Amino acid sequence: MSTMTASGLRPIRRSDQEWEIPRQGDMRVPAVLFATAELIEAMEDKVFEQAANVATLPGIIGASFAMPDAHWGYGFPIGGVAAFDPDEGGIISMGGVGFDISCGVRTLLTGVSADDIMARQKELADALLRHIPAGLGSTGAITLDPAEMDAMLAGGARWAVARGWGEAADLERTEERGCMADARSEFVSAKAKERQKREMGTLGSGNHYLEVQRVAEVLDPAAAEVYGLHLGDAVVTIHCGSRGLGHQIGTEALREMVATADRYGIRVPDRELACAPVHSEAGRHYLGAMRAAINCALANRQIITHLTREVFATVLPAARLDQLYDVSHNTCKVEEHEVDGRPRNLYVHRKGATRAFGPGHPDVPEALRSAGQPVLIGGTMGTASYVLRGTTEGMGKAFGSACHGAGRALSRRAAGKRWYGRQIIDQLAAEGIMVRSHSSRGIAEEAPGAYKDVTAVVDAADAAGLARKVVRLRPMICIKG
Amino acid sequence: MVERHRDRDDRGWEHFEHGADVGIRGFGPTVEIAFEQAALALVAVVADPETVRPETAVEFACRAPDTEILLVDWLNILVYEMATRGMLFGAFDVRIRGTRLYATARGERVDVARHAPMVEVKGATFTALRVAKDDGRWVAQCVVDV
Repeated sequence: MSTMTASGLRPIRRSDQEWEIPRQGDMRVPAVLFATAELIEAMEDKVFEQAANVATLPGIIGASFAMPDAHWGYGFPIGGVAAFDPDEGGIISMGGVGFDISCGVRTLLTGVSADDIMARQKELADALLRHIPAGLGSTGAITLDPAEMDAMLAGGARWAVARGWGEAADLERTEERGCMADARSEFVSAKAKERQKREMGTLGSGNHYLEVQRVAEVLDPAAAEVYGLHLGDAVVTIHCGSRGLGHQIGTEALREMVATADRYGIRVPDRELACAPVHSEAGRHYLGAMRAAINCALANRQIITHLTREVFATVLPAARLDQLYDVSHNTCKVEEHEVDGRPRNLYVHRKGATRAFGPGHPDVPEALRSAGQPVLIGGTMGTASYVLRGTTEGMGKAFGSACHGAGRALSRRAAGKRWYGRQIIDQLAAEGIMVRSHSSRGIAEEAPGAYKDVTAVVDAADAAGLARKVVRLRPMICIKG
Repeated sequence: MVERHRDRDDRGWEHFEHGADVGIRGFGPTVEIAFEQAALALVAVVADPETVRPETAVEFACRAPDTEILLVDWLNILVYEMATRGMLFGAFDVRIRGTRLYATARGERVDVARHAPMVEVKGATFTALRVAKDDGRWVAQCVVDV
């Protein structure tokens, strides 16, 4: 399917944490990978092939980037970042965003200590599982009629807060201030809306979760202070996306772009790189629908935030859940970046990569601006998650982007064969981590051992200067979707 | 979860490895049976198809430019219908005429206690997509995003 063979695409080491696949064949720019030698060794050849394939796309600027957690995705590698200039024929690609549009992470401070949580651990875990719809077939208490669906797709988290699910202060601490501009609900199909009608405020399944975590280590005290994180604090982290609506938009866009890439004379080395020029009807159509899906994800995480607050208000009324930040890791956004000394508006695709804007950037909330944007990295339910901060250096390295998580080391199939859900639950309980899920098999597939070492990934991002570590978080309660 | 199934020598389904996701493969003596078996493999990502009772029949039709895209469209119809109807399907009857597919799927509403569903399928993809006749046997496969 590809014009490139993996054998010719071994990355060449440029520095301790930077590797390059030089321009060759149809590549318009080189591919640059940020990783240690160990992480590069562990990557499938498919990652190199996909990073090189992305480099062939029209209008790509600088390089095709892969983050330290890169793995084999659809067209783009997961952990892939690429920016396109529409005035140079730049494209938008569904594969550069993914099926779970605007999947992301939101972290809430709690104002209580990890010890306070541990004293009520079981009660809190049970209440969270009961109150927050999770797992396959779960539906929320909210059903949207067509007018509310359109209002949600236009308004995102702002819509949710206006309906009483959250606080105005949450919006200041959300990317795009809670509402992605230029969303076009009329470009979202009736099927996508139907799929979402009863899924607002649901966690979903697979690798999605809600965790109550302990600040286990402070690695950058100054930034941690700005973020309001102290050793021994408890925080809540929510990981989920745009649910059925995003999945359906992704499915339809892939099908459409496979058919239209030819029409626009774009030759792609892999069908899943199907794309359309930003300045085209198909491109505008996908952009409008994708932005509506971003709003759906922001609204969804906002409603789950509200449900979480309701649980805490009952079980642990002393807690006050103020939002630290909300960041998406499957998006395409228009951003101004300096290229060759001049500012340019680029369409930055981040597929399984987190935006990581540095200190002083106007898009970082004012209260956090001196430290840089919080970069929220999900780990596994048995190990750790991290909060990093964006850097000035990273802005020039990969358009202000960093890794997004641990990345799988074992397939679901292999993990399901190796572990039983009960065994994982008992093992983690012995380590003080309470796991709750409606699916035992789902837990086996998400076993900590099925993932790469998140610390190695985060260390590589830190060493490469993409983002700096601020705190390490350790789970106490994990609600798995 | 059953991850490989053969009810007769000439037909069956299986899952294959793909990073974070799952590959599904159906095979049989005709392209229709390969599509039916691929559908069972899709359901088996979510739950054991043998636990699904064929209580309700739903009819579908779709059309695609080629047989491979027809497989993706067929699987995506099932993903959509299972999600919006809150159902699982456990039996399929597929007819293909040129580039058109007509199908009946039988199943029931999801029962979390009895079906023990594991994971939602987000969509069928073009990765490892293949519909072909190998040594007299039809194979229909692709990777699904979960």
